Amino acid sequence: MGALEEFREEARAWLEENCPASLRTPAAESEAIGGGKKQEYRNPDAKLWLDRMAERGWTAPMWPKEYGGGGLTKDQYLILQDEMIRINARSPIGGMGFSMIGPTLLDYGTEEQKLEHLPRIVSGEIRWCQGYSEPGAGSDLANVQTKCVDKGDYFEVNGQKIWTSGAQYADWIFTLVRTEPQAPKHEGISFVLIDMDQPGVTVRPIKLISGNSPFCETFFDNARVEKNNLVGQLNRGWTVGKRLLQHERSSISGLNSGGRRGRYDGMRELPDVAKEYIGLENGKLKDKDLRTSIVTNDMNQRAFGLTQKRAMAENESGGTPTFATSVFKYYGSEIGKERLELQLKAMGSQSLGWEGDEFTDEERTLTRTWLRSKASSIAGGSSEIQLNIVAKRVLGLPD
Amino acid sequence: MPLVLNEEQNMLKDAAKDFCSNNTPISQLRKLRDEKDENGFDKATWQQMVELGWAGIVVPEDFGGLGFGYMGLGVVMEECGRTLTASPLLATAAGASAILHGGSDEQKGELLPQVASGELLLTLALEETPHHNPHGVACKAEKAGSGYKVTGNKTFVLDGHVADKLVVVARTAGNPGDRDGLSLVLVDRDASGVSVTRTFMADSRNAANVEFKGAEGVLLGEEGKAADVLDKILDIGRILLAAEMLGSSQECFERTLEYLKTREQFGVPIGSFQALKHRAAQMFCEIELSKSVVLEALSALDDDSDEIAELASLAKARLNDTYNLVSSEGVQMHGGIGMTDEYDIGFFMKRARVSEHTFGNSAFHRDRYGETQGY
Repeated sequence: MGALEEFREEARAWLEENCPASLRTPAAESEAIGGGKKQEYRNPDAKLWLDRMAERGWTAPMWPKEYGGGGLTKDQYLILQDEMIRINARSPIGGMGFSMIGPTLLDYGTEEQKLEHLPRIVSGEIRWCQGYSEPGAGSDLANVQTKCVDKGDYFEVNGQKIWTSGAQYADWIFTLVRTEPQAPKHEGISFVLIDMDQPGVTVRPIKLISGNSPFCETFFDNARVEKNNLVGQLNRGWTVGKRLLQHERSSISGLNSGGRRGRYDGMRELPDVAKEYIGLENGKLKDKDLRTSIVTNDMNQRAFGLTQKRAMAENESGGTPTFATSVFKYYGSEIGKERLELQLKAMGSQSLGWEGDEFTDEERTLTRTWLRSKASSIAGGSSEIQLNIVAKRVLGLPD
Repeated sequence: MPLVLNEEQNMLKDAAKDFCSNNTPISQLRKLRDEKDENGFDKATWQQMVELGWAGIVVPEDFGGLGFGYMGLGVVMEECGRTLTASPLLATAAGASAILHGGSDEQKGELLPQVASGELLLTLALEETPHHNPHGVACKAEKAGSGYKVTGNKTFVLDGHVADKLVVVARTAGNPGDRDGLSLVLVDRDASGVSVTRTFMADSRNAANVEFKGAEGVLLGEEGKAADVLDKILDIGRILLAAEMLGSSQECFERTLEYLKTREQFGVPIGSFQALKHRAAQMFCEIELSKSVVLEALSALDDDSDEIAELASLAKARLNDTYNLVSSEGVQMHGGIGMTDEYDIGFFMKRARVSEHTFGNSAFHRDRYGETQGY
């Protein structure tokens, strides 16, 4: 038996023994675990599952063991995922610590920063959020105006961030701040980590079209930042920030999962939903026009998944994002949005229920998910920005 | 399932790239067209391809081939697609797969070595209407002595006027549209009762209409039970053609991209305009996805996977759409010069449309993909 097969057997046995039965079902969105000091564990098994997985480093399977990770190779990681899917095991924890700041610290952090922050992400002790966009810095992200001033033995931060996802639940925030107002736009930015548990940081949730408040405004009023929380060099934060964006885009597009479904976990496949609401005639969906659109989306989804697998296979080192990231961010969010539009059509007026018992959980969830999905082609760099990046960086088209 | 080429396949691809760029540039196709060459392909070039082993890449070693698999033939097809190489490679591969999957041991032993040595050109005679309809066959075959007599009309027979033998899809029972009752009959092009008329197509590649009037042939496989083998042969043809179309799409896109970087209007390269940049980036995405489906489909053939049908339809539909998009945008982005015969870009658009209608358009394959998924 090869080493990988041995690993599979070992992982399978361990998961069988350690994954609580109540966590072998699809998670509702409200049940997703993000960790941090404000996390409530309504199901105590969720905490148990998190602690057991964290103990093995399997909450961050590919991070090095010295920082609390699992130290798995890419192949082992994919096997672990397969084995978790096999028993319907929920992901024990997720969030920006894992998908964004962790990988960025592995690339650019000092040894001290890695040792301080990474193990606390792995264990679920600290939850992170992202302080990038500002009211005047959306697609033009490098226009950040939040000021960060050197006060001798610490930095002082003043300004406002917006669309800070999950800020109301987070303990720390990674930010782009302006440290050199006179320098050209991209050259006066620094990347700093800010502890949100201080009087100088205020968070206000924003209600969105979906009725939920996944995003916030975050205000800094003489917030204090210790000097060892500067990542990379002073005024060179744009480089660090761009790398983090690549990790973010990979995460949004599902690139890290190697073609496995993940983004809409717990939702049924679109054709299954369509079969139930529309019905079949001679083995084909009755609505011919909609059938063609659903088949096309299904085929594009399949081709996209194969391309994610190919990117993983081509990238021996295990999924370090490249410029291909923008391709995945663009295409993944567009077909994901289209899929939900098609699901609305398939489910008809039942797909647009807002609240109440006249609609099933699945129907109400779809309404909100559909609305929320519109953010996928705006957040993390809009689809238009992704196409700009592909044109410039991949195709070499002139400015 | 590997989505990357191994070392041998990469070497074969590099060799094919060298060969095609040196020996079969688009200027060769242009010359064959302008001279109304009677074969429609260059025989000396074909002989060189045979010497490289290309005619026998998928023919098993026991029958004189290389046994190098469909991934091997696929990378060669892709490179041929880049230069729009005119050759009987695709039609012969489709015909040879009929013998390989439908023929008796005796037929394989006799015919496959001739395919590998390039002596025997084959093709599939299937279509009877302007639309791909594998089971809609009306052309009849009747048992006569030890063989069969074929009567009916076939159209859009690839390389039909140069193939030595035709694999004719004929009906021995039932009605047009039935899966049951189809048979494969191998008929010599020179047999009495066969009349072949070459059709000149927009892509300057070869096709023909063929009329059979009681032409004699021999059965391949079991009488009336050819539907499964036919599906397999067609899927092989679809996937190999998708590989060719992938090469053409990439070449067409790269030529267009180069033009965007060099052509100046309003004092700047036109590739600096966002209206064109975004469309170029979208084409790049479609091509990246196309590469993945072609590789997966070729692997499925080599693994004899049970997903061949759905992957063939996935690949053919996607490449139909991608090649159409890239070739139409290629002409548009070249502007006026793209409309001239002197410029090569138009050749890609013509070939894209003929390829689209070979072995099924996108509507056909989307419908079929949906069927394979049970809806």
